Amino acid sequence: MSAKSSTEKLTPALELKGVGKSFGNVVALRDVDLAVYPGQVTCVLGDNGAGKSTLIKILSGVHKQSEGEFNVAGAPADFNSPRDAMAKGIATVFQDLATVPLMSVWRNFFLGNEPKKWWKPLGILDIAKAKKVAKEQLLEMGIDLRDTNQAIGTLSGGERQAVAIARAVYFGANVLILDEPTSALGVRQSGIVLKYILAARERGVAVIFITHNPHHANLVGDHFFLLNRGRMIASFERETVVLDELIQAMAGGSELDTLTHEINIIRND
Amino acid sequence: MTTAKSDERIQRVSFVTKALRRPELGALLGALVIFTMFAVADTTGQFAGLQGAAGWTHFAAPIGIVAIFVALLMIAGEFDLSSGVMVGTAGLLAGNLISEVGLGVWPSMIITLVFAGLVGLANGFLVIRTGLPSFIVTLATFFVLKGVNLAVTKMLTGTVRVDGVDVASDFESARSWFATKIEIAGASFQISVVWWIGFTIFATWLLTRTTFGNWIFASGGDANAARNAGVPVARTKITLFVVTSMAAALVGVMTLLELRGMQAGQGVGQEFYYIIAAAVGGTLLTGGAGSAIGASIGAAIMGFAAIGIPYALWDQDWVSTFLGVILFSAVLVNTWLSKRAKGARK
Repeated sequence: MSAKSSTEKLTPALELKGVGKSFGNVVALRDVDLAVYPGQVTCVLGDNGAGKSTLIKILSGVHKQSEGEFNVAGAPADFNSPRDAMAKGIATVFQDLATVPLMSVWRNFFLGNEPKKWWKPLGILDIAKAKKVAKEQLLEMGIDLRDTNQAIGTLSGGERQAVAIARAVYFGANVLILDEPTSALGVRQSGIVLKYILAARERGVAVIFITHNPHHANLVGDHFFLLNRGRMIASFERETVVLDELIQAMAGGSELDTLTHEINIIRND
Repeated sequence: MTTAKSDERIQRVSFVTKALRRPELGALLGALVIFTMFAVADTTGQFAGLQGAAGWTHFAAPIGIVAIFVALLMIAGEFDLSSGVMVGTAGLLAGNLISEVGLGVWPSMIITLVFAGLVGLANGFLVIRTGLPSFIVTLATFFVLKGVNLAVTKMLTGTVRVDGVDVASDFESARSWFATKIEIAGASFQISVVWWIGFTIFATWLLTRTTFGNWIFASGGDANAARNAGVPVARTKITLFVVTSMAAALVGVMTLLELRGMQAGQGVGQEFYYIIAAAVGGTLLTGGAGSAIGASIGAAIMGFAAIGIPYALWDQDWVSTFLGVILFSAVLVNTWLSKRAKGARK
């Protein structure tokens, strides 16, 4: 309880108050409250179609909310594009769209933010610096590569996500939005990504971890928000939540009971 | 423990593996094999010497200059099928400006390059705006220009040929830059070879040492990921369309100055030579990987065939068949090499 009261005195890095979003007459999100604090992992859980994608798109500047308030570090956000969000230090790592597989690790690490030498407008890459920094930064996040020259496609899926996370952190992200970073990964790979989520948290980054996997959320999360049919239906704190409760709440409680019941009938057949 | 382990891992990336990772390796090996083959089959005793080099570079240089930029465009994930016909369009435009309008060679050349840049800009904008494959968009440009070349040339000159460009007062001064010969130990090399080497070095530097090069790889490798990372994908691609078109126009003007005239059908079909050169040189047809040097080696192989086959007293009619076989084997070997270099993972 004491941890919770201390966070409430801080200004949230991101804050949503009564946010809604509708596309024509389809309501994707309604009355969503969310607060994200630096140095903490905030998990947003939801099944398919719960409104997770719409939420990410509002936070990362792709869409504007139809109603409600969106504050960044206490001031109202007015994002017209993902670039605006990036300029405010909000970095989004999309599931499969974070890296270019055929390009080397260091080229991927600095993609879009290349270090330049000599006369800047010429755009001459400072390759030595890029390789050195990429190697150092990855090592700091616990990724030990033999050679940053290797194509990033030769790394495992978890390592690739990790490079994308390390990149976002290095380029000054103070809010990191991770869109289902573990959904396509095996157990071991997911473990790697979860470790980097905690590494980013240690650096004081506010991490928003969007997932449909309550087990992964439970391992790293400080706060948990449950999204269902476009509404925040519940929120928990790390100290008070139990995994079963998360799973139950996420699947919509009674729905899971019904499902369990139905499956039991089939099995008994 | 950790350091010992990482040392062991570094040792595994041997020099051979590093070499295998180079996209142009397959082309280089192929070029050596083909060169040796023609040197052995040679009946004139000149193929492997300077005379032979002057011959095959004369054929390869104009292909190489455009193929380099076609390769960059292909790495960025786009095709330009109008690059061949643009050689003709540029030559005819410059020729008509000189002989029909009466402009000097230099101003005609500048107007021609600007025009080519605008065509490239149109190609680029149409590809980006419509979202249609560049294969279709530039195929359309190809046919539009092919028709224009013939129709406008006939309209202006009454024939299918533009002549009389050598009457311009600055003809010789322009020629000394773009169509003169350089004597090296009794062999006379076309100056286009110097341009070819220069562009190869420039494009290699651009691709591997600049931010723009990084964006070229990213745009072709995964345009969405590139966009998410803040790379201006549309701008990168449009710029390359413009530059490719201008490179073709430069070759068109060079050809015009060398031949002192131009046929309306010039350049048509050359676009396939450019794409073959790029593909033989290790450029991936799906984009995201390749090299400028590779495209130049591909162009050199074509030069070997064009000169080597008559030198060996073989039937010249087989040149295209030969190039077809080379294209297929080179791409097969390149694919196999790059798979081996990347290892079994993924």
